[in-house]
Amino acid sequence: MKILVCISKTPDTTAKIAFTEGNTKFDENGVQWIINPYDEWYALVRAIELKEKDPSTIIHLVTVGTADAEPIIRKALALGGDEAIRINSNSNDSFFVAKQLATVAKEGNYDLIFTGKETIDYNSASIGSMLSALLDMPFVSLANKFDCDGNTATVRREIEGGEETCEVNLPVVISCQKGMAEQRIPNMRGIMAARTKPLKVLEPFEASATTSIKKFDTPPAKSGVKLIDPANMDELVRLLKEEAKVI
Amino acid sequence: MVIVYIDQADHQIKKSSLEAMSYGAALAKQLGCEVAALVLGTVQDNLADLGKNGAQKVYHLKNESLNTLDVKVHSSLIATAAKNVNANVVVFAHNINGKAIAPAVSVKLEAGIVTGASSLPNTENGFVVTKTVFSGKAFASIQIETPNKVIAINQNSFGIVNYDHNAIVEELNIPIPASSIKITKVEKVEGEIPLTEASLVVSGGRGLKGPEHWGILLDLAKSLGAATACSRPVSDSDWRPHHEHVGQTGIQIAPNLYIAIGISGAIQHLAGVNRSKTIVVINKDPEAPFFKAADYGVVGDAFEVVPTLTKAILKMKSTA
Repeated sequence: MKILVCISKTPDTTAKIAFTEGNTKFDENGVQWIINPYDEWYALVRAIELKEKDPSTIIHLVTVGTADAEPIIRKALALGGDEAIRINSNSNDSFFVAKQLATVAKEGNYDLIFTGKETIDYNSASIGSMLSALLDMPFVSLANKFDCDGNTATVRREIEGGEETCEVNLPVVISCQKGMAEQRIPNMRGIMAARTKPLKVLEPFEASATTSIKKFDTPPAKSGVKLIDPANMDELVRLLKEEAKVI
Repeated sequence: MVIVYIDQADHQIKKSSLEAMSYGAALAKQLGCEVAALVLGTVQDNLADLGKNGAQKVYHLKNESLNTLDVKVHSSLIATAAKNVNANVVVFAHNINGKAIAPAVSVKLEAGIVTGASSLPNTENGFVVTKTVFSGKAFASIQIETPNKVIAINQNSFGIVNYDHNAIVEELNIPIPASSIKITKVEKVEGEIPLTEASLVVSGGRGLKGPEHWGILLDLAKSLGAATACSRPVSDSDWRPHHEHVGQTGIQIAPNLYIAIGISGAIQHLAGVNRSKTIVVINKDPEAPFFKAADYGVVGDAFEVVPTLTKAILKMKSTA
C-alpha cells in the first residue's frame, strides 16, 4: 500500500501571535515551528502504525512550503516517512496548495491520502475536502479510527452528537483527528536515518490563487475580569442575565 | 443569487444552518440579489418555514439516501444545484458537515472560499470576508478573487433573524450519483446536547479531583440546559469521554456562555474556547491564567461555589 501524508509547518501552540508590515504578515520573529499537530500526531503516526503492521507499505510525505520547512520535514522523516516532497511555495491560498498536493498525489498513484483535520494557523479545514474533489476520490472527514483490509477501509468519523463507522473502497482521502493514533517522539535511529532519506524539491505547478489576505487583526483585549464574591452567586446569575444577556 | 446549504441531523434542521440562512439573507440584501435555501434529504421540518429565517425560495432534493453524508455525492449535487439556479455565492454553516463539504463545492464551482467566517463580507471594494485564524487568537480579512464564492460561517457568530414570510418550496430533480460510502454503525450519545451546537457549556478540569465529583457539574449543566465539556487532562485520564475534550487538539467551540470549573486555562485550552461570548471562571487559585481571559471570575472552592450557583440559577428560573 502507498500512503501520502500531507504535512504543514505551523507555529508552536504556545507561540505569540503578532503581525508585522502594517498587520499584513504574520510576525515570525522568535517563533518555533512544528509539524501541524493534527498532521503529525494523527495522520503521520497512523500511517506509521499501518506500515508497522504491513512493512511493504510505503509512506511519502508532502508539504507546500519554502526551504525553512525542511526541519519539520526531517522530523517527520525521523518519525517514519520513507521519502518527502517539498513544493517550493509560501502560498497560503487553500486552493493553490490543494492543487499542488493533488498534482503530486496523481503522479504517485496513492491508495490512501491522509491530512490533518485542519492546521492550527489558518484553521481552514479545507485541504482534504479540496483534494478529494480534485482527485475525484471519496472523502471521510474528522476520522478518529482507521483500519484497512485489502481494498476496503473501515473508518470511524465524528458526527454531531456521536460517531459513525463506515466502509469505503481505496483510494480515499481521510482527514485525521484525535483518536487515530498515539502521539510519539522520534528516536535516535529515526533521526539518523532521516538525514539520508530522499527529500525532493519541486517548483510549484501552475495554479491560480483564489483568495488573498488583506490584513490581520487581534481581538480586542478583554476589559478585565469582574470578580464575584463566592458567597453571592445570585449576583453572578443577575450579571449573566442582565449584563451579559446569555441566560 | 445567494444559496444556503441547510444541513440536518436526524431529520431535523440544525441550528447552525438557521444561522447560516439568516447570514445568507443578510448577505443577499447587501448584494441586492435573491436568496434561497438548499435542502438535501428528508426532514421533518416544514420547509416553507425557512422563510422565517430569511429564505425566499427553498430548493429541495428529497431522497432518503442523502440523510447521511457522502462528501463526493453531496458536493456534486450542491454544485450542480448552484449552477442550475445561477447562484454565485454558496453559504454553509462551518459545522462538522459544512467543513467537509464546502471546500469540495468550491473546487467544483471554481470559487474562492473562506471557511470559519465571523461576519458579513465587506463589499465596498471587492469582497473581503473576515475569519478567525490562529485558533481564535486573531482575525484575517480575506479577499475572494473569483466571481463565484463560497463562505462557511462560524457557529454562534451570526444570530438567527426572524422574518415574517414563508418561502416557496420547489422540488429539484437532479440525478443522484451512487454513494461509495457504506455506513455500518452509528453511535449517538443519547440525551446530551451536542457540544458544537450548544449555546451554553459547563466544563470541568483537574480541579474537580476525580470523576466521582462530576455530579455538581452535571447538576449545574442541567439547571442551565447546558452541554458539558472538559479539559484535556480530564479526558486523557478517562474521567470523562473523549468527545467532551475542548481545546487546541480537541473540539473548538464558541458558545454564548462557557463556565470553566477547576480549569487553570493553559494556552492550548484557551485555543478551544476563546471565541465564547462570555466566559465565567471558577477556580480556587486566584493566579490561574484563565482569569485573564474571563469576563466573570469566582475565586473559591468549586465544591462550595458550584452547588450555590446551581441553586441561584434554579431560584432565578422559578421566579422568571
